Order: sequence, then structure tokens, then C-alpha cells
Amino acid sequence: MSDMNTQAVARYRNNFLKEVEERVEDGHWVRMCMQCGVCAGSCPLGPHWEHSPQKIFMMIRAGKREEVLTSDAMWMCTSCYNCIVRCPRKLPITHIMHGLAHYSHRLGLAPKGQPTREIAKLFWDSLVKTGRVNELKFSLAMYFKDGFGQGIKNAMAMQGVGLGLVKAGRLNPMEILGGHACKDKGGIQKMIAKAQEIENRKKGLTA
Amino acid sequence: MADNKFAAYICSGCGIGDVLDVKAMEKIATKEGKMQVVRSHPFLCNEEGVQLIRDDIEKEGVTHVCIAACSRRAKAEAFYFPTVALSRANLREGVIWVVAEGSDHDEVRQEMAEDYVCMGCAEVKKMKLPAGNPNRAENKRILVVGGGMSGMTAALEIAETGYEAVLVEKTAALGGMAAKLLKRVPFNGAYAEAQPTGAAELAARVSAHPKIKVHLSSTVAETAGAPGRFQVKIAQESGNVAEEAVGAIVQATGFTPYDLAKLPELGGGQANVVDQAGLEALAMAANGGAIKRADGKEVKSVVFVQCAGQRGSGGNGSGQHLEYCSGHCCGTSIKQAMYFKDANPEVDTVVMYQDLRVPGMGEDFYRSAQNKGVIFTKAKVDGVTGGDTCQVRMKDLILDEEATVDADLVVLATGQVPNAGVNLDQWTEVVTAAEGGSEEAKVQKIELQKGSVLNLSYRQGPDMPQFKYGFADSHFICFPYETRRTAIYAAGPVRRPMDMFQAIEDATGAALKAIQAVENAAAGRAAHPRAWDLSFPQARLEGCTQCKRCTVECPFGAIDEDERRFPLFNESRCRRCGTCMGACPVRVISFENYSVDTVGSQVKAVNVPDEFEEKPRILILACENDAYPALDMAGIQRITYSAFVRAIPVRCLGSVNTIWITDALNSGYDGVMMMGCKKGDDYQCHFVKGSELAHYRMSKIGDTLKQLGLETERVVTHEVAITDNARVAQMINDYVAQINEIGLSPMKGFG
Ligand code: SF4
Ligand code: SF4
Ligand code: SF4
Repeated sequence: MSDMNTQAVARYRNNFLKEVEERVEDGHWVRMCMQCGVCAGSCPLGPHWEHSPQKIFMMIRAGKREEVLTSDAMWMCTSCYNCIVRCPRKLPITHIMHGLAHYSHRLGLAPKGQPTREIAKLFWDSLVKTGRVNELKFSLAMYFKDGFGQGIKNAMAMQGVGLGLVKAGRLNPMEILGGHACKDKGGIQKMIAKAQEIENRKKGLTA
Repeated sequence: MADNKFAAYICSGCGIGDVLDVKAMEKIATKEGKMQVVRSHPFLCNEEGVQLIRDDIEKEGVTHVCIAACSRRAKAEAFYFPTVALSRANLREGVIWVVAEGSDHDEVRQEMAEDYVCMGCAEVKKMKLPAGNPNRAENKRILVVGGGMSGMTAALEIAETGYEAVLVEKTAALGGMAAKLLKRVPFNGAYAEAQPTGAAELAARVSAHPKIKVHLSSTVAETAGAPGRFQVKIAQESGNVAEEAVGAIVQATGFTPYDLAKLPELGGGQANVVDQAGLEALAMAANGGAIKRADGKEVKSVVFVQCAGQRGSGGNGSGQHLEYCSGHCCGTSIKQAMYFKDANPEVDTVVMYQDLRVPGMGEDFYRSAQNKGVIFTKAKVDGVTGGDTCQVRMKDLILDEEATVDADLVVLATGQVPNAGVNLDQWTEVVTAAEGGSEEAKVQKIELQKGSVLNLSYRQGPDMPQFKYGFADSHFICFPYETRRTAIYAAGPVRRPMDMFQAIEDATGAALKAIQAVENAAAGRAAHPRAWDLSFPQARLEGCTQCKRCTVECPFGAIDEDERRFPLFNESRCRRCGTCMGACPVRVISFENYSVDTVGSQVKAVNVPDEFEEKPRILILACENDAYPALDMAGIQRITYSAFVRAIPVRCLGSVNTIWITDALNSGYDGVMMMGCKKGDDYQCHFVKGSELAHYRMSKIGDTLKQLGLETERVVTHEVAITDNARVAQMINDYVAQINEIGLSPMKGFG
């Protein structure tokens, strides 16, 4: 992973904007931001993260690679789409935020232990393995990600919901034993690998 | 008076007859108004009613007509009788629409109406049909000073409209600033790409036009005369002097870029720091190829510093340099940044701005530059050092941090300094000192005169008055093309900062204004805003004390002094505001249709009830341009106000002679309200200074009131805008309440 980062640094030298334009989903929109701050003012998460979208875009233009890619900002986005709706320059801000998160994750620069990132990873791993998300395992993994003691507490707190789901037939306790997969598990895995390969090629990423 | 025949016509239409006693008014017009013919009609403005009046004029020899119907601002076409003197008594907007409904108010309503009929009759008896300016001047050629984009456009518009233009250009070629640009910001299309300036084509058209005479390498050495008959001496570089006779002038002398040398803190004067004009020169030399610096090195990185020495920021918060925003420079930097990106997309191109101001469709142009990869950074630049690698010290206002950016070239977006000629305030000071014998001032005067553009031989000084920050005069809020020098119009960036698109539009407007001015002068009519008016000021010089108030206070410099030091009126420069009439302490100035008497007799025609009737009378002197229409609008919207007021429209508050006020108070009026336009820096006064002068004069009236034993509240002055209909009604009602509180005037019964 950090190999990929070193390569990117070498390739774009000081031109982080160019790097974002070429490698981040919808990154070519960053140059069009006019710094009005409407997104910053619209984001419900605004007060809770380090950098608003407006700032992130300015930082990209100012070449602050390290700070942008290690920021927690794009991981805090809830995809509410407020900013996209309001941006007078029509920037697909939400998508750019996700693109940046993804890119920083791939480079291994995303903040360690950031909850959104952890959850996303669990979700993805579960999906890649069987072609399905095993809800029971996924939930439990989530509860226990901060240690065993905390996991028990979390699980106890959610007990009522869990039992309700079992009664309603929405949750099968047997899934804990491996769980069911989709019909062609291998096929799904191959498909995902191919998609990743195409994406890497397009964006000039080598893993 | 033998040939005069006075007639009054009272309309009972529009509901007038329903709530007013028309018969009684007819009686009043005969008895008190002393009208020889009095008629009423149920629909006076229809064909039959108008015919009735016309017949009386043609067959009965009626010479003076008072129409008691709607406001003078309504039905002006129907009641257009150019061969007689005409007054209007405002019974509709002024009485029935503003006095509260119901029989409780019958008495005061009728009193108000009868007073207005008396006033209308009294006014018309003092009026004469204006004969028109005897000094008509028929010259319809138009001088354009300045051969840049604005000047060339004005000349061409004038010529294409069928008038002759004379264009004077200081340099050896037409084109001005526009000819020094590689391209201009787009005026049309997708607003995405810079466009050719078109300056060369325009210059060719101007040079070849049969109706345009061009003087190159020439300046205006003297401008004498008045609208319709200016005599202009044109000094040529060779030393020869040409003479041209013209009827109007368009001054399109443009701007000079702010002196770079005054911005050393931003690297002004240092290597590889240029202004926008300097960058255009480099871009012209490159002609679409890679832009090179003066030392021949290709520019790989460039920083544009916006607002350099502008907007009071001095670019570094020093509060020095230009106070204003020049408006065009954001667009210009965007265009110039594109020069670099179009030649080589790899050039690092950063625009540092605090607020990017791109009026009109400029927003699209801005977007296009972003698309091309120009980086826009919201930052305050604190300092620039030039050299092989320039350094720009700045504070990023989004990231809130300081940084230094290196660049091969720095472009400072400096402002426009108008080429407006001599500052008249300074001029007056120097002239006064010189007349007082100061040798130093005499030298200074000669120096100042050298900077003049028009070299007018006017008493008020050699150029038009200047505005804030030294821009040429403009009635910028209401009538931006108007200046205080009749038939002389400023166009383009000499008038206010502007870009080329605006300058072209401005020049077109000024050209049309100039055409209007020569036509008015030829017809012996006033110019804006009383453009139809044939009256002009006349002075009984036997009574004149040579106090010079009229000469000094005329906002338009229309009054000179003759060799005996009496006021000499230049009728064609005069705008008919009557400020001179208001100023004259011995009341010798009047107009045929507007005089101390026409208003004074109206003041006296009002029947002032004695103190026991407890009906106050309040005189309103309302500016006909804004305040009187606002009163009419109150009526149109049926906003009621007290029936104790009597409103008289005046041409301008500046025309109010204090005698009207003292007369009114002496004859028992309880208060006087003066309503004029906004004064001060952002004035709306149609005659620029009238409202201000009136406020000033009224500030001095306290002593007179004290002598009469009256409270100072008995005379009040208000600023009223044309939209103030509800406010004006409120103002009246409040004032009536206030008067009731202080009590009725003790002067009643002595008048
Ligand atoms: S709303 Fe759009 S243009 Fe405005 S700061 Fe945010 S991204 Fe930029
Ligand atoms: S979509 Fe994301 S970045 Fe945009 S306003 Fe919502 S939470 Fe904020
Ligand atoms: S003061 Fe007004 S009316 Fe009098 S000369 Fe000047 S412009 Fe004319």
C-alpha cells in the first residue's frame, strides 16, 4: 500500500490537484469550486469534522496532499446530499468526498481506527467472501471491534432488537456457523477482481 | 392686460362632482379667481371637453387657462394647449382621493377644493406664455474628445445617426487603451473565450466615415460658448490651431492605469512584476505563443494579484492608494490567465483574490478559466518581491495560513485613474488666492490649467465638476449620463470605472444625449430634466445688487458675469431649475411661467380660517420631480391625509424663495413643509444641488422665525423619494398633529 503512495508522490511531485483529477472519482471537478462555502454551511456534520468540503478542495489546490489524505473529513460524510443540491457550481461533492476516502484508503493513509472506515472494511470483507453480507457476523464484528468487554456490552444493549429480528424470521442464528453464500461464490470473487483491475489500469494505480 | 382673457374649467368627472360642490367652485372661480370665462364639464378630458376649451381659445380669445380637474401629471396630452398659459388645480389626486370619505369630511374637503381652484386661478393670472430662448443656436455638430473605444464608439454612433462628429485624439493614432490589448473579455457567445478587441476595425471605420472629422495628435486648447454654439480651438502638435464650431461635446478621455511605482510594497518597479497593461504588452509580443518576460525567459509560473492598490486595501491593508474597485480587473486577469493556459496548459497560473467580482456574464468566463486549469486562491497578498524568482507573500483566507509562493512573473491588477481634467474645488481655491494677489497661486493656476481636458472658458472653471475620487461628473443614481455642464457629456471610464463592454454602451448613451442636446438648443428648449421647457430665467437688472448669489449657486454654471458685473444668463446652459430665483434676495429673477409671483400669489390665494375655527393651514412646497408625484401616488392608492394642507409643486426645492415662507407665516399659516429629493453624496435631486441649497437656506431661517415670535418647528424640510407615497401621507398627518400640539399660529388675522 505505501508503495502505491510513494509511486504517486513521485509521479505527481507537487501537483496534488492533478493527482486528484486523475485518480479520485469525480476529482476533475475540484478545480471548479468557487469557494463560496455553501457546502460547508450546509453539511449537518460540519461542526464535527476537521475540514469542510470547501476547505478540502482549497487544500487540494494548495497541494496539501498529506493533510488531505489523512483527514477524517471524507469519512464523516453521511451522504445526505445537502451539499450537492446546494452547490452553485454543481460539484458532485458527496461523490468527491467518497472518492477521496476511497483513494486515501487505498494508499493506506486514511486515519487508523476511524469508525466509518472500519465498518466499511468489515462490510466489504464480508461481501467479498461469500457474495453476501452476513448480517449477524457483520453486526457482531462491529460490536466487538473495540475489544471483548465493549463487544459484550454492545451485544447486550442490542439484545432486544436481535431477538425481535429472530422472532420475525429476519435473522437466522444459525448464520453464525459460516452462513450461506451466493450460488457462484467464485464467480463473484473473479468479477470483483476484474473490476478492480480495470479501475487500477484506468487510474494508473498499481497495487 | 387688455388682450388677456382668463378662463377656468372645472371637471366633475372621476367622482369629483359626487363629493364636491361644483357650482360653488364655479362661483369661487368667478368671484375670487376673477376668471372671465368659467365652465364645468362632466368629462373634461374627453374629446368634447377638450373641444370646449379649444373653441374658447380659438373663438373667444382665451389666453390663460386654469383646469381644475386631475393632477398636472395626468392627462397632459389631452390638456395640451401650447398657445396659452396653463395652470392645473389638482382636485382629483390632491383632494377627493386623499381626503377621508364620508360626510364628516364634506366641509374640509370642499374648502380644500375651493382653495385649489383659487390657487390655480391666481397662478395662471401671473403666468405668461414662454416665448422661447431668443439665443437659439443651430450648430448640430458634436465634438468627441478622446479616440479610444468610448470616443470612437460615440463618434460612430453620432455619425450613423446622421449628425457630424469631430473627434480629437491626443496621440497619433486612434484606438486608445483597446489598441494595446491582445484580446478583450467576451461580450457574447458562450462567454468562454477571450475575443478580438475590434479596435482596429472600429478605428478604420471612424477614419473612413464621411461624417467624422478626426484630429490626431491634438488637444482642446479652448472651449467657449454654450450648447448649440461652442467654439473650440484645437491645438495640433505642429503648433497650428484649428477651430471647430460644435453644438455639444462628449468627453471620452478614459483612464490611466494606477502608477505602478506607487506600489513598491507589491513589487512595483521591480523586475518581472508588471501591471495588466504590461502583461498585455508581453502577450502582444508573444502573439499567441509562449509568453516571455522582459529578460526573454519563458514564463512557467505566474501569479495575478487582484485589487493591487485598490479598494482601500492598498493590496496590503495600508489604507492607501485607490479607495474604489475598478470593476473590470477581475475579468481582465481571468482573460490574461487564459493567455497562458491557451499557449501552454502546463503553466502554473494562480489568481489571488479576496472577492472575485465578475459582473454580467463574467461568471461563465470565470468558470471557463477554471476549466482551463487556472487556480483561484482566496488570499490576501501582503507583499511581493520581484527578481528572477518573484516571491508572493500571502495569507490564504480559506485555510487561514500564511505562505510564500514563487513565480516567474507577477501581474498586479491595478486600478483605473480617470483622465477627468482639473478638479474644480482645487481650481476655485487657487483662483481665489490668485485674485487675492498670491503670486504662488498664479503660478499654480497656470500649472493646473495645463491638466485641463476641455479648457472651458466658463466662470466655474475649465472642466466639468468632478465626482468622488476624481471621476467626471455624473448624476449617477438617477441619470448617469447627465453632467452639470449642459450639452457636455462624459462617457466611458472617465465617468466611473468600467470595462470595455460598459464603455461602449456608455458612449452610445452619451452620443444620443448629445444629439438630444443639440436639438433642444436649436429649438430654444431646456435640456434634461425639463426638456420641453421654453421658459428661461430673466432678471430685472435695475434691482440687482450684484450679490452674485445666483452666479455662485446655479448648479449648472449657466450664469456668467457681464462687464458691469451683472449676472449674464446663458439660456442654453440653463436647466430651468429656478435655483437662481430661490437664491436672489431682492427677487429680480423670474421665468415667464414660474416666478416669485406665480407661487406667491398661490400662497396668498388660500383662505386661512381664523384661530377660532381651529382649522390649521399648512403649506407644502413639494418638488415636482419626486415629492409631488409621491403625493399624487398617495392619492392614486387612496391613502388619506389631512385636509388642512395645501400643496404647491415647485421646480426644485432650490427654487424656493424665502419670501414665500415668510409671506405664508405672516398671513397666518400654521406651518410650512418643504419636500425635496435626497441631498448629499448620493443625491437624487434632479438639479444636483437644489435640495441641498434649500436645506442649507432653511437652516438659517430660525432667526426670521424668532423675529416673528414663532416656533422653529413651523418650518420643516424633508427628503422625499418618488416611492414614498405612504410615508408622505404619514409625514403630513404627523406634522398636523405636531402643529395642533404647539397650537395654531399667533399670526392669524394680521396678514
Ligand atoms: S458549495 Fe460548491 S462552489 Fe461552494 S465552496 Fe462548496 S464546493 Fe465550492
Ligand atoms: S453529503 Fe456529505 S459532505 Fe455533503 S452535506 Fe451531506 S454529509 Fe456533508
Ligand atoms: S439656477 Fe437653474 S434656473 Fe437659474 S440659471 Fe441656473 S440652471 Fe437656470
